[in-house]
Amino acid sequence: MIRLERRPQPSRLWTGLTPLLAVLLTMVVGGMMFALLGKPPLEAIRIIFWDPLFHPQFAAYSRPQLLVKASPLILIAIGLSLGFRAGIWNIGAEGQYIMGAICGAGMGLAFYPTTSPLIFPAMVLAGALGGWAWAMIPAVLKVRFGTNEILVSLMLVYVAEALLASVSQKLLRNPEGMGFPGSRNFQQYPAAANTEIIVGTGMHWGVVAAFVAVIFTHVLMTRHIQGFNIRLTGEAPRAARFSGVSPARIIILCLGFGGALAGAAGLFEVSGPAGQITIDFNSGYGFTAIIVAFLGRLHPVGILLAGLLMALTYIGGELAQLMLGLPGASIQLFQGMLLFFLLATDVFTNFRIRVGTTKVA
Amino acid sequence: MNRRTLLSTVAAATLVTATLGTPAAAQDDPVKVGFIYVGPIGDGGWTYEHNKARLAVEEHFGDKVETVYQESVPEGADAERAITQMALSGADLIFTTSFGYMDPTVNVAAKFPDVKFEHATGFKRADNVAVYSARFYEGRAIQGHIAGKMTETNKIGYIASFPIPEVIRGINSAYIHAKKANPDVEFSIIWAYTWFDPAKESDAARALIENGADVILQHTDSTAPQAAAQEAGDVITFGQASDMAEYAPMPRVSSIIDDWAPYYIQRVEAVIDGTWESTDTWDGIGPGMVGIGEISDAVPEDVKAEALALKDSIANGEYHPFTGPLNKQDGTVWLAEGETAPDGDLLGMDFYVEGLSGDIPN
Repeated sequence: MIRLERRPQPSRLWTGLTPLLAVLLTMVVGGMMFALLGKPPLEAIRIIFWDPLFHPQFAAYSRPQLLVKASPLILIAIGLSLGFRAGIWNIGAEGQYIMGAICGAGMGLAFYPTTSPLIFPAMVLAGALGGWAWAMIPAVLKVRFGTNEILVSLMLVYVAEALLASVSQKLLRNPEGMGFPGSRNFQQYPAAANTEIIVGTGMHWGVVAAFVAVIFTHVLMTRHIQGFNIRLTGEAPRAARFSGVSPARIIILCLGFGGALAGAAGLFEVSGPAGQITIDFNSGYGFTAIIVAFLGRLHPVGILLAGLLMALTYIGGELAQLMLGLPGASIQLFQGMLLFFLLATDVFTNFRIRVGTTKVA
Repeated sequence: MNRRTLLSTVAAATLVTATLGTPAAAQDDPVKVGFIYVGPIGDGGWTYEHNKARLAVEEHFGDKVETVYQESVPEGADAERAITQMALSGADLIFTTSFGYMDPTVNVAAKFPDVKFEHATGFKRADNVAVYSARFYEGRAIQGHIAGKMTETNKIGYIASFPIPEVIRGINSAYIHAKKANPDVEFSIIWAYTWFDPAKESDAARALIENGADVILQHTDSTAPQAAAQEAGDVITFGQASDMAEYAPMPRVSSIIDDWAPYYIQRVEAVIDGTWESTDTWDGIGPGMVGIGEISDAVPEDVKAEALALKDSIANGEYHPFTGPLNKQDGTVWLAEGETAPDGDLLGMDFYVEGLSGDIPN
């Protein structure tokens, strides 16, 4: 008889191993799916995981694109991981991302067409503040009235989407856009544009910010008392309270940090790769980042790697569509498998398999 | 491996032709035509029709072309990457088939001066970027006429997508002709803020039907409103972008069909011949870019005959759906008696005509 037995301590080996195992299982089962679709499975897997990095024709373009695609995911996931460590579930990063983009873009467009080196930093600040303020709504409601932050933050995503639709048609609409919705394009407003710092590398300010956030969070969690308090709150809430950690403070801190990073990510995206505020500017980064956070084991360096891996499946998935004519939905399914197998193999972190009869203790 | 070498030879060939300045036709290699789609190819509406036209291109040219596509490409940062990768893969001509691809298309086109781009429904052109769209409002006039004749509650529901000139034109054209057919009609308009979202579209259709509408017009691409109308029973609908014939004869009584195939074939031909130029195309029923799906038996003979007569008069240019006297919603004069709307007014249309209630969300 096979049964699961809880480990006394989560296994360190399995904590590191499960993401790799999940990727491997995804390749195998995903390959089977591609084969069922009548496409060469090995070639498809190679295109997804290898070609964006090493294909002679595409790699020069897609390698920098990995950074561009991964940076908002990493930035948001880092912010979320803090809260997730403390047992605070901010599901509405998508909304905070949108509000950051609106506030930051609004700040930049307010100065159009003047030029000053201060405009872009002000936009970053406004973006982070916008995301922070949006995250403060579920935070304050939770602290004051004990509302559920999962529901409130998630519902606020839809409010943010409605606001996005409104500003792209009214407040921030490009006056020279012939009545079409959408703001001015920041690519045509250099003073406020988030351009590549080194041409051809994909390295824009959002990528820099993502790396800084990774390092900062790593230090915070391992070296700083607040990091300890956050972990304590998540792992042993009662112990945290006894040792004088204020739950309200942790809630405000974690949601605020997550919101600010998501907001900043929104600003970097709107002023850089996206270029403009449009009705459907947001493309689900706030939700994908949740996957990235867990795939990276809520660890800053893990999140960095997970973000890059996720970006690889996006870009490789696009190449596979282009070169093999794979349906778009099969790529989404492929990405879904990754999370599914991660959660499934995660069981081994906390449990071990016992074969044989139960011993009576 | 085979494919890889093939791709690089195509790319090399493009490079060579570019430097020599000879048309791609001089090569034996097939012309590679790419398509960027905003929805899934199985959406049954907008993207479905673009993909059908892609298949028509393949069929028409056979070995002379190779086509590639990418579906469900989000408008925004991802679009620019998708278009760039397509250009890198050696495409000679790329159709970007949604309004939101406008800036990305122009950006990528600047980086690939030897690749030709065609952007649907936009207004920004360059030496290697052409734009094309269809005069869907001509089809809306025929829908409006049938709707006005068929409604018994005098309430017509309209599921609108985004408040852009294209959609507003459709509403105005349908309303003007419904009102002509039946002076008592009222329009209620729901803004869905999506091109394709079956759940949202279905909710919108149900809400309109509950409020007494017995005709549903839609400017969104899924068949969800058709299904909602079928469930409700005595409600008629019109296929949008595609024929949606699976819902005929009821609730779908007719449709507007986007037929991109003749245009795509003509443009690919131009690339093969080396005569491609950046152009601005806005065609309607006459040249066949807008088709009217078969009017089903649920429509009485006389109404059907009137609708077909209207279609013919639009097709041969005798009649313009926006012919004065027409006032704007606030009562100011837009078009005097007998005057027809200039294209400029239509392209930037941001107002309702007199008689429509409610505001354009702004």
